[in-house]
Amino acid sequence: MNNLKEKELKSSEEISDDMKVLDDLTSSEYKWGFVTDIESETAAKGLNEDVIRMISKKKNEPEWMTEWRLKAFRYWLKMEEPTWSNVHYPKIDFQNISYYSAPKPKPKLNSLDEVDPELLKTFEKLGIPLEEQKLLSGVAVDAVFDSVSVATTFKASLNEKGIIFCSVSEAVKEHPELVKKYLGSVVPYTDNFYAALNAAVFSDGSFVFIPKGVRCPMELSTYFRINTQETGQFERTLIVAEEGAYVSYLEGCTAPIRDNNQLHAAVVELVVLDNAEIKYSTVQNWYPGDKEGKGGIYNFVTKRGACRGKHSKISWTQVETGSAITWKYPSCILQGDYSIGEFYSVAVTNNMQQADTGTKMIHLGKHTKSTVVSKGISAGRSNNSYRGLIKIGKNAEGARNYTQCDSMLMGNRSGAHTFPYIEVENDSAKVEHEATTSKIGEDQIFYLNQRGIATEDAVNMIVNGFCKEVFKELPMEFAVEAQKLLAISLEGSVG
Amino acid sequence: MTGKEFYIENFNTFQMKLNGQSESFLNEIRKEAMDRLSELEFPTNRNEEWKYTDVSPILKHNFIPAVNTTIPEFTKEEIKKFLFHNFDYHLLVFVNGFFSSELSIISQLPKGVVVGSLKKISKEDPELISRYVNKISKIENAFNALNTAYILDGLVVIVPDGIAVEKPIQVLYLNTSENELVLSLPRNLIIAGKNSQVSVIANYSGFGDKLYFNNITTEIFVDEYAVVDLCKVQSENENSYHIEKVQAQQKKNSLFNHYNVTFGGAIVRNDINSLLDGENTETHYYGLYMANGKQHVDNHTFIDHAKPNCMSNELYKGILDDNSRGVFNGKIIVRQDAQKTNAYQQNKTILLSKSATIDTKPQLEIFADDVKCSHGATVGHLDEISEFYIRSRGVPQELAKSMLIRAFANDVIETIKIEPLKEQINHMIFDHLHRVEIENEK
Repeated sequence: MNNLKEKELKSSEEISDDMKVLDDLTSSEYKWGFVTDIESETAAKGLNEDVIRMISKKKNEPEWMTEWRLKAFRYWLKMEEPTWSNVHYPKIDFQNISYYSAPKPKPKLNSLDEVDPELLKTFEKLGIPLEEQKLLSGVAVDAVFDSVSVATTFKASLNEKGIIFCSVSEAVKEHPELVKKYLGSVVPYTDNFYAALNAAVFSDGSFVFIPKGVRCPMELSTYFRINTQETGQFERTLIVAEEGAYVSYLEGCTAPIRDNNQLHAAVVELVVLDNAEIKYSTVQNWYPGDKEGKGGIYNFVTKRGACRGKHSKISWTQVETGSAITWKYPSCILQGDYSIGEFYSVAVTNNMQQADTGTKMIHLGKHTKSTVVSKGISAGRSNNSYRGLIKIGKNAEGARNYTQCDSMLMGNRSGAHTFPYIEVENDSAKVEHEATTSKIGEDQIFYLNQRGIATEDAVNMIVNGFCKEVFKELPMEFAVEAQKLLAISLEGSVG
Repeated sequence: MTGKEFYIENFNTFQMKLNGQSESFLNEIRKEAMDRLSELEFPTNRNEEWKYTDVSPILKHNFIPAVNTTIPEFTKEEIKKFLFHNFDYHLLVFVNGFFSSELSIISQLPKGVVVGSLKKISKEDPELISRYVNKISKIENAFNALNTAYILDGLVVIVPDGIAVEKPIQVLYLNTSENELVLSLPRNLIIAGKNSQVSVIANYSGFGDKLYFNNITTEIFVDEYAVVDLCKVQSENENSYHIEKVQAQQKKNSLFNHYNVTFGGAIVRNDINSLLDGENTETHYYGLYMANGKQHVDNHTFIDHAKPNCMSNELYKGILDDNSRGVFNGKIIVRQDAQKTNAYQQNKTILLSKSATIDTKPQLEIFADDVKCSHGATVGHLDEISEFYIRSRGVPQELAKSMLIRAFANDVIETIKIEPLKEQINHMIFDHLHRVEIENEK
């Protein structure tokens, strides 16, 4: 035992420099913390049928929508809060949350000049100046500020192609037949506790419809912001790609610093028909709480896509660096023959963060294929879990899956866990799963040091190399941001 | 009266039978376990550890604990066909979990080595047994509690410090139901002292085709620098139920090899757990399961890396035919202290038929940072291209398939150290899967 201690001491001295840098790197504070001062209208705390009716009325929703919400709420009341995940947090008091918050209604805007300058400033801080993007990058932005869409750009040019890109509340009014057909068809309100809650109280979100044979000419993007203190945000996104359509959708998030934990229970539904493809990319860097684990966002999200048509494809890419607790499994239901599901994920946890994330690939159709690449990085005292399900149904002849999940550990108080479930009911299927866990390579750091690269840059390089497979799946703008984010969440001011 | 109540009721009959022995230390353990059993429910699919294994068929029947039945008698001639042969071994025979000294052959053991029946040795040397029994394995579910509540007989191997037992110990557990549904409850104890070495072949066989239930607990203690091999070959009859929990505890620099070859049983569940409780320990798990008909084979392994500088390696392979179902759940925990851990795990399964299914869940939970851990799982079928290659060289289809099966199983078979045992297991594979046999390489 003594021997060991000596050894430990010795080696700890040797690597103490490295450790110091690693320590500096891993103990930085959240950079994107600021609160925008905009008058907002917030509902009283608590949840009952009246609150739901109020939300529905505020949004001028038709009767069927109100009924749907109420049905979901009644169902939710009967459900129990799930506890099976590998994350720990104090019990949420669902009656202590305000379920609606919207910037005060203003006259409808026609151009960006009419948008509240405060709001524009927020976007600028986030690095998405609307004008610039409009002019230079050709990205249409449906900016969701707290819960209500404020400005939508490029609508006209999308309209020409027959693409619908608007808020869900607008879609409810203007395209009720589409919303009725698809809303809740992938994630029904009976699906799980948080999906039911979301269905009952969802405030707004994005609705995208790409008609038959149309390839969306630009990347669609929504920036979500959680702003008013203590309001949970319940977004609902629905994307439908008809036969032969293609769309790439970007979702990025930041939120200001605050101490009260916030609940975020979003639902994302994707529907893909024959030969169509949806590429869904997320960068999530919400407030993770401080070093002691105080504050931070609870991110309990249900994301699911249904490949309903032949040769359809869904690709999820996510970079998760924020939130105190992340609990989500973007999934693909591969119903159509020859459909393809992909999941690329980087999840970084630091300090006291906890993440339980992964994917589900449900192979139902023949010759369906799925690829899962998951990279987890845990630093500080955080815990990072991969939980995935690969299910090959009885009729999924010739289904193929490849899964790779790698974890990297920084610091001896962090944890990395893998819980892959593989269920195969068809003998012609081929399923492969590989997972590795290791420390950030001391020899790799040494090699780079030796070539005159400072430890912090070396760590940065190693981490970026580790995540490269996932980053290369991200759209260009996002890839750059994701690398920066990773550097920030692990390296603070150094990177 | 079903399930739990039935076993509790039977317990009273058992207690009456004990007469003079009811004062012994074992009875304290029994009573405690019985209390646990009355609190516990048998696991259902809602329990994460039993998610894929439905034990309700087992609970439908009222099995009578073997102690309350008449133990059938066998002759040496009758048991011969169940034994592994062509090598030297000490033989212990248990019928329905009870030791048969007439059938056993134990000769020339090194000095101080204790090999025999728990029932007998716990009477002769209660102090020795009480030091180990029920200390290593904890009751985790109702099946463990049931075994512990009826703790009476089973294998005892105690090897003192510095002794190597040269000949392997072959233990035949023969089970059969004649007039009533029998529940065998063997309780095994293998203790290897410092610097000692021992190899045990646990041979579980079924006689006849009547339904019985074998619920086993095996405790293994591997002291510093000791080497223990436990090779389990399970070929119960096809109607029987088989549940075993193996719990090993390893001290520093020790080596524990567990081989687990499954052929028989309608519902089979193995829990194989090791606690690596000392530095520089090494653990190897090798598993091979062949299932056909409606067999359900569930292997749960758990390696608990509690100390630094340890190594574990796990390889489980399955071949599933007909309507059989395989389950594999391999858990590795690396505790915060267990730096410099190397842990590897592999589970590979081939499905030979359309309706065979496999549920596999390799699971890593890592709390230390300076570790190397990996796991892999694959599910597939016999490769058509390889089959085509073999057939194009004039080999008939059935033989080509057998060759591929043999090649698949080879990784595990090769790790077995006793040559004749390898051959006999090889033969059993093709026999069980009803396929053309490929001779074992000599």
